[in-house]
Amino acid sequence: MSLRTPLGRVRGLGSAKHGLDHWWYQRLTALALIPLSIWLLSSFIAQIGNDHDAFKAWLGTPGRSVGTSLFLFAAFYHMKLGIQVVIEDYIHTRWINMTLLIATTFICVLLGTASIFAVLKLAFGG
Amino acid sequence: MAQVERPLSPHLQIYKPQISSVLSILHRLTGIGLAVGTLLLTWWLTAAAYGAAAFTHAQGFMDSWFGQLFLLGFTLAFFYHLCNGIRHLFWDIGKGFELETVDKTGWLVVVGTVVFTALTWFLGMTWGGIA
Repeated sequence: MSLRTPLGRVRGLGSAKHGLDHWWYQRLTALALIPLSIWLLSSFIAQIGNDHDAFKAWLGTPGRSVGTSLFLFAAFYHMKLGIQVVIEDYIHTRWINMTLLIATTFICVLLGTASIFAVLKLAFGG
Repeated sequence: MAQVERPLSPHLQIYKPQISSVLSILHRLTGIGLAVGTLLLTWWLTAAAYGAAAFTHAQGFMDSWFGQLFLLGFTLAFFYHLCNGIRHLFWDIGKGFELETVDKTGWLVVVGTVVFTALTWFLGMTWGGIA
């Protein structure tokens, strides 16, 4: 057992330097999503009425599949961070809070992985 | 010690709704709405990966009246969250905090949301030959 006060211990250790991570990545993904989402939305509008082959041909170029994958990664990351804050703010029962936070992470990773895999399959699969 | 149930700030229920507070909560609500909308996006992309039949099925849902309504709500939520998100990023660098500016940019977001949504659907119907 140490005789150091909690304050002294914290001063000695310093912070973990991760305090800003959540805030920072929410902004970083937001910034990335501005051009990516506008590009993707306008591309999808131009795809209206196209059949499967045409859509596959459109998505199949390297630039478009990379752009779409980047959008999906940034979007699901941003979504995870945003939903997390809403849960932390409004759900005060500890076990419900934890359950929802875990579920949010799992669902975002699942949807993100599934949709990025779909893009890659369409790009490579022919 | 007995827990005393004191009212908690900020007493939302007795405040008169203002443009600033309404837009603030709308940012969260549209964020949640967009999260729900990603289910459709994932379904659509996954369906395309499964093949032509699944893709046609997903397209069919989007052409239905419910699908169109869903997409309209998604478009509104998207442009609101985008415009207001940019407003938030300006606040993050310390710009636009004057009350007058906050009101002005707030209304700008509202107008932008309506205009961009209308433009999107106009282009969609023109290019898509009326879905």
